[in-house]
Amino acid sequence: MVTLGDLGILRDLRMFGPGEVRVEITPTYTGCPAVEAMSSDIEDVLHAEGLPDVTVRTVLAPAWSTDDITAEGRRKLAESGIAPPRPQPADGPIPLTLAVRCPHCGSLETELLSRFSSTACKALRRCVSCREPFDHFKEL
Amino acid sequence: MSATVDTGAALALGDDALVLSHRLAEWAGHAPVLEEEVALANIALDLLGQARILLSMAGDEDELAYLREERAFRNLQLVEQPNGDFAHTIARQLLFSTYQRFLYEALAGDPVFGPLAVKAVKEVAYHQDHAEQWTLRLGDGTEESQGRMQRGLDALWRFTGEMFRPVEGLALNWQKLEERWLASVTAVIERATLRVPGGPRTGAWAAGAGREGLHTESFGRMLAEMQHLHRSHPGASW
Repeated sequence: MVTLGDLGILRDLRMFGPGEVRVEITPTYTGCPAVEAMSSDIEDVLHAEGLPDVTVRTVLAPAWSTDDITAEGRRKLAESGIAPPRPQPADGPIPLTLAVRCPHCGSLETELLSRFSSTACKALRRCVSCREPFDHFKEL
Repeated sequence: MSATVDTGAALALGDDALVLSHRLAEWAGHAPVLEEEVALANIALDLLGQARILLSMAGDEDELAYLREERAFRNLQLVEQPNGDFAHTIARQLLFSTYQRFLYEALAGDPVFGPLAVKAVKEVAYHQDHAEQWTLRLGDGTEESQGRMQRGLDALWRFTGEMFRPVEGLALNWQKLEERWLASVTAVIERATLRVPGGPRTGAWAAGAGREGLHTESFGRMLAEMQHLHRSHPGASW
């Protein structure tokens, strides 16, 4: 399972006295519709652990980047059939020409179908070798 | 947040994002191919996310979006223009996303808008890239697609001068922003074998009217559709 920690969405977690915890998360995209679901999941889990007073705050800065996804997170994404993002260049344009590996067969012969896919954070690609379409977590 | 928010500036940026988001959402069920349906909806979602943050700086996001009258909106007239055909929508996307990208880049160090700008500029870079790719493909395509792309640019060109009228609360070099924008869109238009429209971008006819609350005819109808559910069922939720 890919966790919020793996994705770099979980920014901070602090305990204040008995039973009080404050959590900070950051959205991948400003319009990410999953933010509310993630917040309430965090609350539910912490309540279930016996912490009654849970506050989840969304922070924007520093801006989330796909470089915040851990190595473990990348491995799990690929396992789930989603090609992980490539490392961000220090500056300059996004290198769309770098090969993206097919998460199904491992081929580097893949092509872009659309820069936008099932969610804001993914692009739609197709493997030329095994012909399977797949999502690619696009660099941000 | 320690720095004081200029409500007018937050509304100007927030309304641009909100109104264009709604226009793009109108494509749902009408886009030429499924991938474009998804792409336009994704771009609309990014803009809606930006709008929510910006409008929340100025007040209650729902009240501002659903209960303001037409004259209280501060968006550019460009973003409220009807979708037209696909090329017309792409022309609007090219002109606006290039502007929004450079604007957000320039706001990176702003104490109020910086955090959002740094985050959103990465999303907008994809919007601009999408619009550029389509401009090249349609412009340097068939006679039909080229004609449509050119007509889209020609029709919208006169709304682009307003983008560079200074907005109170945004400390920017507007002239430099305009120069960058013009150089960028000119390069794309020429690569697409299209003509940079010759008509005026500023003048008495425009007067930067959107930022002052004066809107074009179709905006009222757009708002009526956007607001009617909320106004018909105040306080409803699911």
